[in-house]
Amino acid sequence: MYQGDYGPAVEKSMEILVALGDIYQAEKMVEISSAQISGVSYKTIGDAGLEFLEEMAQTARVRVPSTLNPAGVDLDHWEELGFSREFTERQLRIVSAYQKMGITTTCTCTPYLASNLPTLGSHLAWSESSAVCYVNSVIGARSNREGGPGALSAAICGRTPLYGYHLESNRKASLVVEVETNLRGADYGALGYLVGKVVGGGVPYFQVPGKPGPNDLKSLGAALASSGAVALYHVQDVTPEYHLAMRGLEVGDVDLMTVEESDVKDAREKLSSSTRKPDLVCLGCPHASLDEVSKIASFLNGKTLKNDLWICTSILVKAAADRMGYTEIIEKAGGRIVTDTCMVVAPIEELEYQVIGVNSAKAANYVPSMCGLEVVYDDLENLLYFK
Amino acid sequence: MKRTLKCRRISRGKAKGQVIVTSEPISFLGGVDPATGRVIDREHELYQQNLKDKILVIPSGKGSTVGSYVIYQMAKNQTAPRGIVAMEAEPIIATGAIMAGVPMVDHPEVDILSILKNGDLMELDADSEIIKIINKQFY
Repeated sequence: MYQGDYGPAVEKSMEILVALGDIYQAEKMVEISSAQISGVSYKTIGDAGLEFLEEMAQTARVRVPSTLNPAGVDLDHWEELGFSREFTERQLRIVSAYQKMGITTTCTCTPYLASNLPTLGSHLAWSESSAVCYVNSVIGARSNREGGPGALSAAICGRTPLYGYHLESNRKASLVVEVETNLRGADYGALGYLVGKVVGGGVPYFQVPGKPGPNDLKSLGAALASSGAVALYHVQDVTPEYHLAMRGLEVGDVDLMTVEESDVKDAREKLSSSTRKPDLVCLGCPHASLDEVSKIASFLNGKTLKNDLWICTSILVKAAADRMGYTEIIEKAGGRIVTDTCMVVAPIEELEYQVIGVNSAKAANYVPSMCGLEVVYDDLENLLYFK
Repeated sequence: MKRTLKCRRISRGKAKGQVIVTSEPISFLGGVDPATGRVIDREHELYQQNLKDKILVIPSGKGSTVGSYVIYQMAKNQTAPRGIVAMEAEPIIATGAIMAGVPMVDHPEVDILSILKNGDLMELDADSEIIKIINKQFY
């Protein structure tokens, strides 16, 4: 592959993988079972990314099942949502280039809820920090936090350099977090936000009361991965590798952190940059599961919203929500289910909103810097107002 | 005087040109204008200098992964550096250099940041993993 026997796209991709392997001192390559590719929104990669991908798409094809991160617009309903034609045309060219390479254009940050579900111990090349955190921690698969071009190169070559989180020795805990308060809803994101700041790129090991479910773990991981650079965490008695996380460690190898009720409350307050009422509420960061959509629908049933509401998810979850009647309930209340995109990568600053309400610590972290808008962080019951 | 130093290949190819050197890590996203090749980061010591057709010598890269695409776009616009030498390569600039076809090496065997001056000539041969420094003052 490095010698160019498989064409220029494979040659360039393998050159990237070899360079990454050298930088991280990998001994060899490992075959991967899937890839998740970021670098999709025109807002983030711009004309430079568009040109690169169109050139690659002329010859490159992926060797493993690969899925795509969210784009900058809802690919089907961009016009109704108010996105410009100019932005959308370039966005659609980016998605077409990926499709030409054989990448499934599900455009979601929760590919594990949309047909790209790895198994325990499998090696992956995933970008999208929240998804990496989920599959490493909740599934026990093995991926580093790839950048977009690195993940694409791995997908094209079907392999990735063996280093970092692919190795058992790097999956041990570096910080034990004792949580001394019950957690619900947006508390999980707040916990992830405050622990991410402390642990940086380390591996936190949580002892929490109760049993957090998949939606809670999705929020926790997304927050850890955005306020820190966390790729893997363990939750005692919950995640599949927690019993390996401490094996062979000595006293002194791990730090200890205690989290009390007041710490979670402070973190929740810090995540809001405004105390005004949000004019747009964005839920589904990371993309909502069907279960989350169902809960929002039952909360909205029969009511009429004062604020605008977007629930961001994948087209797969949307299709099921349509059939279950959730979409109809949500639309009757004045909300929308938006697919393929989200509040972080869409150009929402182009629309006429000022204060965005979110129940995701990751979104609260990024919306002010990436969109220049104010943000309120809370549980959805407190963000939504009714007529 | 010519001085030949061993280094490590990151992105294949050969280049020759005038050196532009900095002791500060550089971010291409938001730090460099791909239309002109000029450094636009006001905080950076190379602010307003042009990287086009130079051999860029840096300690390392920093910033967003989108920086890789910026280097590619500079090559398309013919504003890219001819070559890059880093003390320690990191993924963003390494990936960008390969995408753009800009030769790049790292780990030069001595600390060249302290011996190089802007305008010195350098031959960079990533394929053979060497760089040759040609100090103009000896001409």
